[in-house]
Amino acid sequence: MSFLEIENLLVKAGDKTLLSNISVRMEKGEVLGLIGESGAGKSTLGLASIGFLRPGCRVASGEVRLMGQSLLAMSQEELRQLRQRKVAYVAQSAAAAFNPFYRLEDQVTELRALQKQVSRPERRDIACSLFERLQLPDPEKFCRKYPHQVSGGQLQRAMIAMALLNDPELIVFDEPTTALDVTTQMEVLRVIRHVISEQQCAAIYVSHDLAVISQISDRIVVLRNGEIVEQDETRRIIEQPAQDYTRALVAHRKVGEFAGQPPEANAVIEARSLDLGYGANKVVSNVDLQIACGEIVALVGESGSGKTTVARSIAGLLPPRAGTISMNGKKLADNIDHRADDIRRRIQFIHQLPDVALNPRQTVRTALSRPLRKFLKLSGPSLQDRLNALMDEVELSRELLDRYPGALSGGQKQRVCIARCLAAEPDILICDEVTSALDALVEDSILKLLWRLQQQRDIGILFITHNLGVTRRFAHSVVIMERGKIVEQGSTEDVFADPKQDYTKRLLASEPTTRRGWLDDQLAAKV
Amino acid sequence: MRHPLLSFVIQRAGSGLISLVVVSVLVFVGTAMLPGDAAQAILGQDATPQALSELRQELGLNDPLFLRYWNWVAGALQGDMGMSFSSKRPVVEVLIPRLTNSMILALSAAAIALPLAIGLGIIAALNRESLLDRMISMVSMWLVSIPAFLSGYILINIFSTRLGWFPGLAIIRSSATLADWANALALPVATLVFITIAHTMRLTRTAILSVMASDYILMAEIKGLSPRRIVLKHALPNALSPILSISMLTIASLMVGVVVVEAVFSYTGMGKLMVDAVAYRDLPLVQACGVCFSLVFILFNFAADFLSILVNPRLREPKA
Repeated sequence: MSFLEIENLLVKAGDKTLLSNISVRMEKGEVLGLIGESGAGKSTLGLASIGFLRPGCRVASGEVRLMGQSLLAMSQEELRQLRQRKVAYVAQSAAAAFNPFYRLEDQVTELRALQKQVSRPERRDIACSLFERLQLPDPEKFCRKYPHQVSGGQLQRAMIAMALLNDPELIVFDEPTTALDVTTQMEVLRVIRHVISEQQCAAIYVSHDLAVISQISDRIVVLRNGEIVEQDETRRIIEQPAQDYTRALVAHRKVGEFAGQPPEANAVIEARSLDLGYGANKVVSNVDLQIACGEIVALVGESGSGKTTVARSIAGLLPPRAGTISMNGKKLADNIDHRADDIRRRIQFIHQLPDVALNPRQTVRTALSRPLRKFLKLSGPSLQDRLNALMDEVELSRELLDRYPGALSGGQKQRVCIARCLAAEPDILICDEVTSALDALVEDSILKLLWRLQQQRDIGILFITHNLGVTRRFAHSVVIMERGKIVEQGSTEDVFADPKQDYTKRLLASEPTTRRGWLDDQLAAKV
Repeated sequence: MRHPLLSFVIQRAGSGLISLVVVSVLVFVGTAMLPGDAAQAILGQDATPQALSELRQELGLNDPLFLRYWNWVAGALQGDMGMSFSSKRPVVEVLIPRLTNSMILALSAAAIALPLAIGLGIIAALNRESLLDRMISMVSMWLVSIPAFLSGYILINIFSTRLGWFPGLAIIRSSATLADWANALALPVATLVFITIAHTMRLTRTAILSVMASDYILMAEIKGLSPRRIVLKHALPNALSPILSISMLTIASLMVGVVVVEAVFSYTGMGKLMVDAVAYRDLPLVQACGVCFSLVFILFNFAADFLSILVNPRLREPKA
């Protein structure tokens, strides 16, 4: 008998099948990695392993046995008792998963207070010792804080502390580092690794990031559309994937796909000594930046480093406090309201979340027609021809022109956003984290599309990202920002091969890889 | 840095004061524009033009509007809002007992309606889409759809005329005991409960349901907490802001906006006072009522915002 046995599990929500034909076994002390794209059913499977189904879901057939007990045969009350005492869950976004109304100590020790009479000072002691275990600074003070008063990485560690409260036999980690910056991710990964080995418990680690999962888990289950593609020991999956899908997942990080030297061209856009801020906060200081025709410049940094602020100012959405932005040597108006239509046309902006950037009540046709009418003065048949050509260019079926955004997938929506920018025939495309909301393989296809368009049209791209892997594969040159200042810039090759600054080195070292022992090396280097 | 709560109080007290000044100007100018004036009202239709102009001189009615407003405000600040024409007594003396009566009626109605509505809202949210949920929604919508004068008379017909349990007129004598008060107020309070319960109930239900969709509620379920604890300890506190807001506004509107109910039960409250004052052209009383109404609204609005901040740690506790 294994620690966890899942047999032929079929989970449905209404008529929709979320998981089918799932059979997984895991032993005590083992770490099982679940990988797949969004909608693959990873979280559903992780939650089902601890006897929880999201509202509206049901198990149609199959069996889930944890420590010899069938979870499906248990009553709601028995399941609640199990989840209170034996298993635990660490959610993706700690910021959303903590109740904003209560102090951290109260939430972390809530279950203890339910089970027996524990006085408040005792609860505080329990919380403090948990926070201390997770190396949170000043546990006494940390206890008293509300969730909004601590950083994302600290909150994620507090959530792990909450999971450890009752010494669980099984912990499900559901994308626990996805919302974090790479250096913060590193800290949290270290804690998770430490906790798992110290606790001697079993863990299920859910992620869409193959590199992270390969460092943490003993075995990997690859999921796609609610079914298991393959499952095996981690090294085998990474080194000899048996299925095409797994091969694509493993391969997508390879460097060299978008080879090319930065073009020898004059800068189209040049920003000089930009100082930027909102209200009383100065966010960016003394930034110099150039983008040439046909060049892809990656602007890299962690959240809060000021990347998007720089982009907004180049687009004219945030007038600089000091410094100038010029195009082909001519100074541009600070505010987009004072820029001529032709200048506006030349600088186009693609946002991170296509969901938010597209009006849900406008068809694709309406969305794409706007820039064509405004900038190119097209109408009638020539407008329709241009619309069709645009759809072909971004590799979308022309039938989608009359759909609403709600009927499109995430990747399709981002393609529509790209088409909308292309419609203006820009010289410069500002891409603000355009692939970070997308799955690895969809991200790849969007990068390929951008690459092809950039080659064909000789557009300059300012590519804002926190993802170093993408930067390395995609950009000609790279600008690294930390806390509103540029710490290093140069050709991608040079910066990655020989980083000069400590911050760059730390950033590069924190980017997970699938190499065996990478995490151990990093952890060893830290100590 | 100043505590966010303190800056809020200062800011809102300032803007409340500005609103009050604007309203007082509007009320004063508005009543000054009404046909007829105090002299006319005092002397009646048959007064000679000479008598009128003498009285106007004496009352200062020929002064510029600005000066009259200034004198009025200066008086009001010292607790003198002029003489009521109709009763020949100081306005404040007329107003205070009526305001007290209105407050008693409104607060009694709120004390029953709000807990009932919030409780029903929670029950409805807990049993979403069930028969119980629909029944609660349906009955409260019926009650709010019946105009107050109709439900008032229906209640009088049943509980006063036929059963004789409660008096049909809510007349309070000065010697009234607590039991007399309760007896007299039963039917008007019931009528007010009917017309206010639906909004608060539905808002509570919606607020709780929207909180129930949050990740932290899912987390609470995964932690194995009971549905009861999840709703009461995890959802309700986060739904308090909108619930408190509507509760405060409900109390405010109960205090100033229940003219119809006061008329049905011949209850001597503020609403009836103002209607009578307008009918008798008792301008000082109309002005005082207007300012008093707006003061009630400003205070309760302030209370609503203040409480919303107090129950939201994200606004109450400084970030760093």
